[in-house]
Amino acid sequence: MAAEIYLNVAVNGVLTGLIYGLMALGLSVIFGVVRVVNFAHGEMMMLAMYAAILLFNTLGLDPIVMIVPLAGVLFALGYALQAGVINPFISRPEHSQFILLVAIAIIITNALLIFFGPDARNVQTAYSFDSFAFGPLIVDATKVYAASASIVVAAALFAFFRFAPLGKAIRACADNYTGALVVGLNVKRLYAVTFGIGAACVGAAGSMLVLLIDVTPALGPAYTLLAFIIVITGGLGSMAGALLGGVLIGLTEALAGLLFTPSAKSMFSFGLLVTVLLFRPQGLLGKKA
Amino acid sequence: MWRRLRQRGPSRAVALLALLLAGLCAAPWVANDYLLTVLITILYFAYAGQAWNVMMGFAGQLSLGHAIYVGLGGYTAAVLYVYFGVGPWIGMFAAIAISAMCGALIGFLAFRFGVAGVYFAILTIAFAEFARIGFDHLRWAGGSAGFFLPVANYARNDVWNLRGNPMLFYYVMLALTVTAFGLCHLLLKSRIGFYWLAIREDEHAARSLGIDTFRCKMLAVVISAGMTAVAGVFFAFYYNNLFPEQVFHISRSIELILGPIIGGIGTLFGPILGAFLLTGLSELMQALLAITGIDVPGIKQVFYGVCLLAVVMGLPEGVWPRLAAKLGLTKHPS
Repeated sequence: MAAEIYLNVAVNGVLTGLIYGLMALGLSVIFGVVRVVNFAHGEMMMLAMYAAILLFNTLGLDPIVMIVPLAGVLFALGYALQAGVINPFISRPEHSQFILLVAIAIIITNALLIFFGPDARNVQTAYSFDSFAFGPLIVDATKVYAASASIVVAAALFAFFRFAPLGKAIRACADNYTGALVVGLNVKRLYAVTFGIGAACVGAAGSMLVLLIDVTPALGPAYTLLAFIIVITGGLGSMAGALLGGVLIGLTEALAGLLFTPSAKSMFSFGLLVTVLLFRPQGLLGKKA
Repeated sequence: MWRRLRQRGPSRAVALLALLLAGLCAAPWVANDYLLTVLITILYFAYAGQAWNVMMGFAGQLSLGHAIYVGLGGYTAAVLYVYFGVGPWIGMFAAIAISAMCGALIGFLAFRFGVAGVYFAILTIAFAEFARIGFDHLRWAGGSAGFFLPVANYARNDVWNLRGNPMLFYYVMLALTVTAFGLCHLLLKSRIGFYWLAIREDEHAARSLGIDTFRCKMLAVVISAGMTAVAGVFFAFYYNNLFPEQVFHISRSIELILGPIIGGIGTLFGPILGAFLLTGLSELMQALLAITGIDVPGIKQVFYGVCLLAVVMGLPEGVWPRLAAKLGLTKHPS
């Protein structure tokens, strides 16, 4: 009996972790290429989540269907942000970049507060309470759909960076900035594309996560931190690491919530982060710098 | 011309400093209660920013979790006062000791294991968040319901127990800010200050010149943490309440470091100027919104964010270096 509870919680944790992983993937891609830590990551996801809620409430569009369009919208936003504001900052010191992105985060959070108010909102779909039963194992249908969608998006991204010429060009910028300039790549534009891709990841993750949690504008920093924890655990700049980190953190939080108290669950994530930072600073799958 | 400016520079700076100090000393007799509260906030941020600046501005170690030292300092002094009747001036030493030890622990782990740059910054956030959630579950320190100090009787000022009216807190905070300024000035002029600057500019070069970078960086973290703890003690006794959700939150850490970054990182005047600019801006916006009647929650912060964006894009070095050049003061050696 007890074993079944643990199994259920663990599976649900892994499924949620896959969505976290997709969110963190965006952060990892941005850092891996542009070398800027996106301190507005969670806030950008809030933007996508509120867009999904708005579309659901006004037009009745299912958030799962809106994954691709919202990713597109966030791509455009990320592209514009990098091209317009962040590009001049890539050679500036970290604290300068940090303040820039914090300023962007403050603007996003409070703009959402102005338009949507401080109350928690969520989305209730027709399948909100459906679940699949595999023997003793019961999983929420929503989580299964969302986690599958994350895997699809992540796989598409892997393929893009592996095979598409644009993806290869971006990897070239990450590997050798000067070299990329020498062979005639437009690095600034590729950085903008990269930031757009990172933003698209949170756009997709946000439209899935909106099915699972109640959203308030103040949640942004918590998700930014979550993304940090995941990427550093998995290895900053490593795509597979981000997914692995997401699953690990999802699992840790779910089990900690069961074994101890749910409100203390992120303590264990931070504990995991500190342990990883101390014994393997480059992350589980990261390459040594 | 250049030489004359250089010779006159320091004396001008001293004159400016004296003028500022005189103005601040006289302020409570001119200002009303509201303005006094604003000035206390400004001085609080100037002090805390100065403390953070030791670590980042001097030694180049970016801490994004300074709220942990504010919180530990505040909780230590408050718990000692409420449970054991130990006054804040004594409690302050315990607060400094505990915060400094926490800083030493973080610094030791980070510097020994080679956690640097962005990773170090995120490690500091992780410790602050860890403390926040930990204190949320610490029953005897109030947990998430908060820890309260008995509210002061405003009729009489009790300097020894830090109970009294805003005027008392104002002068205490002013004294702290002046002390911090003096201490930072001395530190910058001392051997360790030059070591720090060397580490900030190029750690490898500093090391190859024989500087014990580990020891210097540890010292920076410990001094910065200890100074920040005093801000925490003040915070606890001024507001009379401590909520983990508030004191340890990441937004507190960010709030604390915006001032020195906007003002000019690594300068002595930067944190003070930054505190004046940011708190002033925030209060000004509050007043403007109240007058125009469009006081929607969040709109003030949006303007604040836009201003921050404008400053960081327009003045990457911060406001003070530019202002100092305009005023004809020599640039600080840092």
